[in-house]
Amino acid sequence: MSNTVQWFAVRRALPQRQATVLTVFSFLLPLLVWALVSYVPFLWHPKVEVTQPGSVTWFKEGMLVERPVFAEQRQLALESEAEPPEGKRANPVYLPAPHEVAVAFYTAFTTEPKRKSEKWLHESLWHSITIIFWGFVLSSLVGVPLGILCGTYALFSRLNEPFIEFFRYLPAPAFGALAVAVLGIHDGPKIAIIFIGTFFQQVLIVANTTRKLDVSLVEAALTLGAKRLQLLYRVVIPGILPDLYRDQRILLGWAWTYLIVAELIGTSSGITWFITQQARYKNFDNVFAAIIMIGIIGLVCDLLLAKLGKRLFPWEQHKEQ
Amino acid sequence: MAQIELPSYLEQSEAVRARFDRLKSREVILEVDQLGKVFDSPQGPVMALRDISFKTHRREFVCVIGPSGCGKSTLIRTLAGLESPSSGRVLLDGREVTEPGPDRGMVFQGYTLFPWLTVKRNVMFGLQMSGHAQSVAEGEAMDWIELVGLGRFAESYPHQLSGGMKQRVAIARALANQPRILLMDEPFGALDAQTRGKMQANLLEIWRNIDITILFITHDLDEAIYLADRILVLKANPGEVNELIEVPVPRPRSAEQFIGPEFLATKKRLEELIHPPSDDDDSDALNMVRMTRVGDSVENGLEEIE
Ligand SMILES: Nc1ncnc2c1ncn2[C@@H]1O[C@H](COP(=O)(O)OP(=O)(O)OP(=O)(O)O)[C@@H](O)[C@H]1O
Ligand SMILES: [Mg+2]
Repeated sequence: MSNTVQWFAVRRALPQRQATVLTVFSFLLPLLVWALVSYVPFLWHPKVEVTQPGSVTWFKEGMLVERPVFAEQRQLALESEAEPPEGKRANPVYLPAPHEVAVAFYTAFTTEPKRKSEKWLHESLWHSITIIFWGFVLSSLVGVPLGILCGTYALFSRLNEPFIEFFRYLPAPAFGALAVAVLGIHDGPKIAIIFIGTFFQQVLIVANTTRKLDVSLVEAALTLGAKRLQLLYRVVIPGILPDLYRDQRILLGWAWTYLIVAELIGTSSGITWFITQQARYKNFDNVFAAIIMIGIIGLVCDLLLAKLGKRLFPWEQHKEQ
Repeated sequence: MAQIELPSYLEQSEAVRARFDRLKSREVILEVDQLGKVFDSPQGPVMALRDISFKTHRREFVCVIGPSGCGKSTLIRTLAGLESPSSGRVLLDGREVTEPGPDRGMVFQGYTLFPWLTVKRNVMFGLQMSGHAQSVAEGEAMDWIELVGLGRFAESYPHQLSGGMKQRVAIARALANQPRILLMDEPFGALDAQTRGKMQANLLEIWRNIDITILFITHDLDEAIYLADRILVLKANPGEVNELIEVPVPRPRSAEQFIGPEFLATKKRLEELIHPPSDDDDSDALNMVRMTRVGDSVENGLEEIE
């Protein structure tokens, strides 16, 4: 047998080393593109940063101008034998270089807010996390039991699922104005948007997961003397628990995607407020840092939950490769 | 080779006849009375069972065989109470069966151990359902696990066991409830021949040592003859009782009997019943055309090597 790696084997795991390398690459490649566009002067760089205005009166040092405009001004200056402006190629302000964003990761936390009433970055982040948390927990408190009931009893399924199926097509942000009218302008409507965005999907997904439980396990339990609620508590719920846990992880990811919309409702708050504020000041390095931070928090959260899942459900390990 | 003259499968030795007399004098555990089952399918009603009647006596071992799709699973599921009869009745100890219950243990063909419970917890399941205290259930479960020879695996999860071990746990789990009858739907169908042989011997051993009546479905004729006191032969479309055979092979059974005259006589009869010699009806034969290209003749190739 050959030892060459089968890169295109259908539905087969790659060897551990290759898998790790690819994981690293999946992050390195976008970073590499970003770095190339930022650091290689002849790649893109549609602007010129003025380093020396020369005779052009409206140029200022540090100013960004379009390349053709700069070339024209320089040509004019040279023709009239005035002092030509100097400059270097640059990217627009909205595309900071990786190192600037890396620095912003630190400085964004240490920079004092412009006004007393404004929040520090870590306070904004924490506020966002609490919004997600409450939206998701409230949704799960109702959605998970309802989903399990729908998946277990045809009665609940018939009674609830048709309406939920309809409701889930209504975009959660559409309820923003309504939520503000009912719940005020602070955290209430934001949590409501996360709730609406999560809940209806949650019921349907959990119901489907419940229905996927091998019915012969229920039949085995019946022949062993299990009755009514025993079936629910001793067979259905433990039987779907690992899949339910996986569903919840995916749904939590969806809840995050509703965050920005939710935080724009009423008084802007949390990480969204930070991002819009920094964009207004044209601190795009901070904007990038904040966006990447959301990604990191989400990813780390999910990895921790995955680790925890392995401990919680030891009998499931054989299913993963 | 000289043709061996087989005795009729109806000929029973003195000991075997006495055994059947004793068996039939015992109380009736399960009585199936003109049982019929019709399924509603999108293509219209499907008659799976028609007019099935038989009785099993206490501590009897009954096997059910029949061609695929003749309704064996439907029959056993109806006995378990997982399907309700369309007509007729099922009586257990004289009382009509209407729903599943712990008095009828069931071992399924597929693996139905609860994957989230250890072997011990699986076996304890039924005991806990009937309200036994944790410590009592634990002790009894361990006894049953020892009985099927899996004491070392009490704390393992089902996915850590082989197929044969899983079915042994399933048997222990069903027996722990001390049911009146054990219903088994091709429990060893998925096992390799060797494991299957061991499981059959184990099962007979267990059956000899406890007070249990067993109804066992199989499509393996040898298995049926080796295990059963009587064999219920079904025919297909709709599933009906074809014949109820008393197996003349004396007990205790052993693997040597597989080539004994009683064994072969019974097998011959079962084969006649299951695959009746058909004259005009070739519907089972595949409509094959030769698919090798001319010149690729496989037989010829082999002959040339010789
Ligand atoms: N739920 C159902 N709905 C409709 N038809 C069914 C249902 N269950 C079984 N049948 C039909 O009843 C007949 C008997 O099925 P059954 O599973 O009992 O056969 P079987 O003898 O156990 O077959 P096998 O040896 O392949 O296990 C088949 O024709 C099958 O299609
Ligand atoms: Mg079957």
